[in-house]
Amino acid sequence: MCMTCGCGMGQTLIAGHALQKPRKPGEALRFRVHEEGATHAQPHDHTHVHAPAHDTIDFGAGPAGAHAPGMSQSRMVRIERDILSKNNGYADQNRRYFSAHGIFALNLVSSPGSGKTTLLVKTVAALNGTPPLAVIEGDQQTDNDAARIRAAGAPALQINTGKGCHLDAHMVGQAMQQLGLQDDSLLLIENVGNLVCPAGFDLGEAHKVVIFSVTEGEDKPLKYPDMFRAADLMLLSKCDLLPHLDFDADLAVANAHRVHPGIRVIRVSASSGAGMAEWLAWITTACRNAVVSKRRVAEALPE
Amino acid sequence: MHEMSIAESVLQIIEDTARAEGCARVKAVWLEIGQLAGVEKESLRFCFDVVTRDSIARDARLEIIETAGQGWCLECACNVAVTARYEPCPNCGSFQIEVTGGDEMRVKELEVE
Repeated sequence: MCMTCGCGMGQTLIAGHALQKPRKPGEALRFRVHEEGATHAQPHDHTHVHAPAHDTIDFGAGPAGAHAPGMSQSRMVRIERDILSKNNGYADQNRRYFSAHGIFALNLVSSPGSGKTTLLVKTVAALNGTPPLAVIEGDQQTDNDAARIRAAGAPALQINTGKGCHLDAHMVGQAMQQLGLQDDSLLLIENVGNLVCPAGFDLGEAHKVVIFSVTEGEDKPLKYPDMFRAADLMLLSKCDLLPHLDFDADLAVANAHRVHPGIRVIRVSASSGAGMAEWLAWITTACRNAVVSKRRVAEALPE
Repeated sequence: MHEMSIAESVLQIIEDTARAEGCARVKAVWLEIGQLAGVEKESLRFCFDVVTRDSIARDARLEIIETAGQGWCLECACNVAVTARYEPCPNCGSFQIEVTGGDEMRVKELEVE
């Protein structure tokens, strides 16, 4: 290793021995002029010229390994990596965990005030522990929502994203560890109220469920197409208010299908209970399927 | 708002690559952003400048290559250009379009020294 800059660390063994540890931040830099006749154990790959070691300036020492007059030693590196690959890696980990433990996970997304938390509270009460469920709540600040879920009788963990506008898969992975999820259970993840950013961030869930309340505009799916595109199920919520509103529910559903032809729609009202049976049946069927597929995978694997 | 997270993810990829390649400075970064990726380019530029401050990529030039949206119309069974997800097929007016391209976000290349 070069004692001046510590270059070449981590790749080379000298006489079978690993090189010294890299310099830690704040540790004094040791400087030793190369002795006459001493040679580097390996080729250099840094651009600066060493302290007066030899009467030589090595223009071939840069990364490009060559020099052309007036040109710097820069070079191109092709990477071709997905920008969200890190998040997607964490999401894959979460998904593998869910599938190995028979957990059915949903990522609930909507604008603020669509009635996500009320719907969750009613869902927790109606399922009444079968299947067992846990909730991860995402909000910029406060743990009000998690407190509401806990009061309804389910374990809940609040993630405060601070300045963040969405949950990411790493946050959810940490929350899963803290919550201690049961096997063969349901995990409901209530994302930050935002119809834009959560669309792009996979958390490892089985489905995104978008909640669209009838107090919003019918054209919401057209205004925020990415989210309606990413979701597999749309809950048209607060449907008990329809008689009092000038809201065309059929137009709203048609707009959702315009953006995402295959999206399934359930019309619900958490306060009147209308449509809740269909939503709960959808959940329980999916939970049963998650358990069955866990067993199939376990049986297919050799002991 | 999530342009900030995207800029941070870009910086992570840059730093991982710089470490693996053993380079001292990143001079330019090429991103490929699809027209349907939902990313605001100007906002991403601003966020990139903020997150790369005090990093190996400080003062790096950011080049954004925008790729066009593409789709497959299920009704008329042909490839069509898609400028927004809610647009109908330019041939038959159907909304049964599967997006097949233009929603990617990739770091393509770096110029390093």
